[in-house]
Amino acid sequence: MTELAWISTAISNARPQAMGALLRYFRDLDAAEEAFQDACLRALKNWPKNGPPRDPAAWLIFVGRNSGIDAVRKRAKQAPMPEEDQISDLEDAESDMAERLDGEHYRDDILRLLFICCHPDLPATQQIAVALRIVSGITVKQIARAFLVGESAMEQRITRAKARIADAGVPFETPGAVERSERLAAVAAMVYLIFNEGYSTNGGEAPARAPLCEEAIRLARLLLRLFQAEPEIMGLTALLLLQHARAPARFDANGEIVLLEDQDRSLWSRKMIDEGLALVDKALRHRKPGPYQVQAAIAALHARATVAEDTDWTEIDLLYGLLEQMQPSPVVTLNRAVAVSKVRGPEAALAMIEPLEDRLAGYFHFFGLRGGLLMQLGRNEEARVAFDRAIALANTAAEAAHIRMHIDRLIKESAEKSSIQKAR
Amino acid sequence: MLYAILCYASEDVVCSWSKEQDDEVMAKLLNVQDKYAKAGRLGPVARLLPTTAATTLRKVKGEAIVLDGPFAETKEQFLGFYTLECRDLDEAVEFARELSEVNPSGGSYEIRPVSVFNPTKVAV
Repeated sequence: MTELAWISTAISNARPQAMGALLRYFRDLDAAEEAFQDACLRALKNWPKNGPPRDPAAWLIFVGRNSGIDAVRKRAKQAPMPEEDQISDLEDAESDMAERLDGEHYRDDILRLLFICCHPDLPATQQIAVALRIVSGITVKQIARAFLVGESAMEQRITRAKARIADAGVPFETPGAVERSERLAAVAAMVYLIFNEGYSTNGGEAPARAPLCEEAIRLARLLLRLFQAEPEIMGLTALLLLQHARAPARFDANGEIVLLEDQDRSLWSRKMIDEGLALVDKALRHRKPGPYQVQAAIAALHARATVAEDTDWTEIDLLYGLLEQMQPSPVVTLNRAVAVSKVRGPEAALAMIEPLEDRLAGYFHFFGLRGGLLMQLGRNEEARVAFDRAIALANTAAEAAHIRMHIDRLIKESAEKSSIQKAR
Repeated sequence: MLYAILCYASEDVVCSWSKEQDDEVMAKLLNVQDKYAKAGRLGPVARLLPTTAATTLRKVKGEAIVLDGPFAETKEQFLGFYTLECRDLDEAVEFARELSEVNPSGGSYEIRPVSVFNPTKVAV
């Protein structure tokens, strides 16, 4: 690895901790960001010369804090910026800093930094964009590319979101136990949103959006290292790993969707699956189930099946039943219906989803599944109506193309049938 | 004398490698191992999953307690390791518990799933 690459990796890994601590000092996001930027510039000058610091985060916090204080003084038209050599005597200070950065503070710092991005007034996409910018340090250009929007539009979105956050104020007090767990839940939900933003995509856009999934996994691992005994964070991390493991098999060479049951499972990432399964195991020992754990357990059952036919649909049905109780939602019931169709047949699944139509009238997957079930039952005319609705609601070209394939098959079948009838 | 060579590195950095980078590093490492393997000198090689996947069994006042996370006590030193095929984490914990029961030194057992395992045999 080149020196510059090493420095940029070290800085990006230290970023959440350093930004979190600077936010605690300055209680202002802009001031913290400025101080961090300044510390990074100094790191670029200093590290190649003096060698890498033992604890990059502590170095950046120390230098960033000094430069932030200077900036405040400067604004107050007082003492000028000190010369580089006056603050470069960092070796002693650094080890001192590292001692003082005790685990508790560090944990709450990072949690706070993530939590302010989850401001309830901000729409989900803005929460994600601002978290990627502030916590992960991803450039506006890269975020814009992942969201498939122009750079200036994204710049505006982030600026507006940050102004909203600044108005709300930074909750700088150390949180109590209840508050901490509420913050953790909000942050976990945001990490999942980041992942889904990257995951709901089509073949053509998948490479541009994959970094969102990877960043979500990085943040989930970070949370897990801070909250080692939280089964839901284990579940979340496992869920992301198990889903992302399938990424190489989700689209064919033409960018068309490959359904889970048709995927080439040898393309799945064994490494991510192993890590995901190990985390599911760890979480289950706590006997404190939650929605992420249940979803991870479902993903684990898919991961464990080496061929689609080996999938334990009975267990998946049970787990979705559990998820329905924890988090009642028509989408969960819809997912459960897929398992039910495998265990008890298409008729039972159809009966299960019919009552959902009102609530899922605008949902692509509802009509896709209904069409598929009707087709299995040989009710081709009704299936076509459902597929037509699905196409109209498709979010991506790949989704539409997939449904189009079913419709073409139905058309072909009915043409064959009518030609047979004519021949008679 | 058989030596164990233990690897330490920043997990943050290693976990942030892309698949291509990771493959490249692993290929280079494999290259180094190759000539030792051919000479019959290389024993089992293992790469562990991240510490987030770790569980630790620790003996406190004679009683074994299971904690999430890696071993993180600087007063004790790394003394040896076992590998064991387990159906799930419970079996691995049970094995560690049995070890700790007969081990008078107290101490801890960190349980880490293995991600890559090459059980090369040494020609002793």
